[in-house]
Amino acid sequence: MVAHLLRLKLTLLRNSVRRSPWQLVGLGIGALYALGIVAVCVAGLFVLRGVEIELAQTVVVLGGATALLGWAVIPVAVSAADMTLDPARFTTFAVPMPQLLAGLALGGLIGIPGLATSLVALATVGTWSRSLPAAAGALLGAVLGVLSCIVLSKVVTTATAGLASSRRFKDISSVAFLIPLVLTGPIVAGIARGIAGSGDFLTGLARALSWTPAGAAFSLGGELAAGSYAAATVKFLIAAATLAGLALAWKVLLQRALVTPPYAGTSKRRTGGTGLFGLLPATPAAAVAARSLYYWLRDPRYAGALVVVPLLPVLFLFQGSQSGFYGPFQFVGPLTAFLLAWSISTDVSYDSTAFALHVATGVRGADDRLGRALACLSFALPVAVLFSVGPFFFTGDWDKLPAVLGLCLGVLFTGLGLASVISARYTVSVPLPGDSPFKKPPGNVAQTLAVQFGGMAVLLVLVAPEAALVAAQFITGSSVPGWIALALGPVLGLTLFAVGVRTGGAWLDRRAPELLAQLAVNR
Amino acid sequence: MTFQPPGQQGQPAPAGPSSPPVPALSLLGLAKRFGDKIAVDGISLDVPAGSFYGVVGPNGAGKTTTLSMATGLLRPDFGTALVHGVDVWQHPLEAKKLMGILPDGVRLFDRLSGEQLVTYAGLLRGMDREMVASRVAELLAALDLANDAGTLVVDYSAGMTKKIALASALIHAPRLLVLDEPFESVDPISAANIRDILDRYVSSGGTVIVSSHVMDLVQRMCDHVAVVAGGRVLAAGTVEEVRAGATLEDRFVQLVGGRNHTEGLEWLRTF
Repeated sequence: MVAHLLRLKLTLLRNSVRRSPWQLVGLGIGALYALGIVAVCVAGLFVLRGVEIELAQTVVVLGGATALLGWAVIPVAVSAADMTLDPARFTTFAVPMPQLLAGLALGGLIGIPGLATSLVALATVGTWSRSLPAAAGALLGAVLGVLSCIVLSKVVTTATAGLASSRRFKDISSVAFLIPLVLTGPIVAGIARGIAGSGDFLTGLARALSWTPAGAAFSLGGELAAGSYAAATVKFLIAAATLAGLALAWKVLLQRALVTPPYAGTSKRRTGGTGLFGLLPATPAAAVAARSLYYWLRDPRYAGALVVVPLLPVLFLFQGSQSGFYGPFQFVGPLTAFLLAWSISTDVSYDSTAFALHVATGVRGADDRLGRALACLSFALPVAVLFSVGPFFFTGDWDKLPAVLGLCLGVLFTGLGLASVISARYTVSVPLPGDSPFKKPPGNVAQTLAVQFGGMAVLLVLVAPEAALVAAQFITGSSVPGWIALALGPVLGLTLFAVGVRTGGAWLDRRAPELLAQLAVNR
Repeated sequence: MTFQPPGQQGQPAPAGPSSPPVPALSLLGLAKRFGDKIAVDGISLDVPAGSFYGVVGPNGAGKTTTLSMATGLLRPDFGTALVHGVDVWQHPLEAKKLMGILPDGVRLFDRLSGEQLVTYAGLLRGMDREMVASRVAELLAALDLANDAGTLVVDYSAGMTKKIALASALIHAPRLLVLDEPFESVDPISAANIRDILDRYVSSGGTVIVSSHVMDLVQRMCDHVAVVAGGRVLAAGTVEEVRAGATLEDRFVQLVGGRNHTEGLEWLRTF
């Protein structure tokens, strides 16, 4: 039965790849990325073979504890738990519980995160190949540790299944998760500074953790290498008890979950009313704009972008304060303009087959394009202008403001125009409506990359005049090119915006059914 | 209800006085191929104006593909579709004004509330605000959705989702309604309400096309029926003509075939 479950998992993986060769390419890219990280970790662990036991032990134990924490938190936080072998699907098959647990646990090893964790954990055997007992202990510890990771992740996902399946929690958690992700740089820098200040603290932390379920398994090799057999025995018992306890908890939770399916929960009933649809003019374009604005607020795939944008200046300000050079900080406005304008290049792909309503109602292509662009513009314009002006309060370099502002407006309008054309013709693979923004989207990865990078290259050409003028001012120091950029940016940008909306609209009028057919492939 | 379709007058009838009335929907040799699979293999069908027309067929018969091609959602490889004489693929905007469509298996803009979604459908069609508002209120009441008007569609049950999609298809008072599986997962009370609405709509001159698996429902509800299988029309006409004395279900099985009277599965009775 365990073998059956493993074979099922492999078959599911293989079939998901067989849908198109590009899926394989996507999986390959993911695997290469993971392989790179794994290679660095493995190499590091082998290097640790040469350092003193205390240091190696600290690194290995803290790394193991971090892995455990990651397996517990990440699947829930990004609501992207691997549900290919969702236990709920086995409810009707009466699989004996011990075999179901074993099969699901081992099935968790198949897949990129499971394999990567296993490989890195096994590399600790290399770290401790200083004596036979130490290597054997490390191997035992790695097996116990990895299994604990997987079972812990199952415990957490099973326990929170009810919570995690409520739409509101999914929406909020997936967006909130972006904040630490974007601020990784400052956070890591802060931690690094903390570590540099107190190296002893980490050694102490590792020593303490190694007596707890979090670090016991990965400390086995180190204890045996140091020759403290008594400590190693106790820690082995702790690690084994941890795994057994987790398995028991999982079993109890799963037994309960199988007979009480998660209840998706009801959302609070809002009062009726049409909101923005009543406020904006009663035209098709305004209706599209109102609909888009609701999606910017209510759909985590859009709202994620809105969460990231305010963090951008923070990020650049931090970078500037670290290096004392505020050059990049001055361009946070144009960068924001680019990010927001470019985000509607995937608009129709985000609609998925809901786009059928636009096809069925026969809304004019230009109205569709204009509505989406205006919705984005309504908040992108003030934000981008604010971010363009803001940095100069820090730098005081006011004579460069016209150039930056011109570039910002040029990028914003040109980007919206170009994005309007692109999303009228090309679909890209994005997470489906209701899925987590982090979920690997189905479909053609290669086309997505081609469309996105091709589009950005075209945008670069289209805003070249403004960029050249900005460069001219920065090189020559004369403020004349800056003022020209401030005049040229909006004029050229608005022209290209109008051209983009009309071209995209015309393409949509001709090819809306074909676009819908492309969207239906990935639904 | 106020969404009574206009009658027969004023329709674009190109033919002379002696010609028969223009059908509400006229399909001529529609065909579609997906890769190696021929989904629809030359379907021709005339749906008379004012009829309640059922399209029945086994799974994978090409019903949804045919209706998508007839309504301008999927471009056919061959063939034409005329709605009240207007070519759907030559003059899509005019044709789409005449049609209300409930497609099967497509998503909705489900982060809008039910009321917002129907309003959106009306505004996209260029209707004015007051008319949209009054019709939305009536539609939601008629479909038992008034209490959930403010709930996001993503939190609706399957049946409620079907009903809100139906409301979006009705908002502009179309002359032809094309409903793909409208009764799927709809509760019996709501289904009866929907049938009443559709009956009144037909009796005032509108035309309804529904696809369904449920033969009983089609036999009771529709006056015309087409049996589709393997991408072709096996039989079409009034329900009386097609069923030829038998029940529609027996006739359907007879036409489509594929019932196997195997003697196997004895072990199923051994427990």
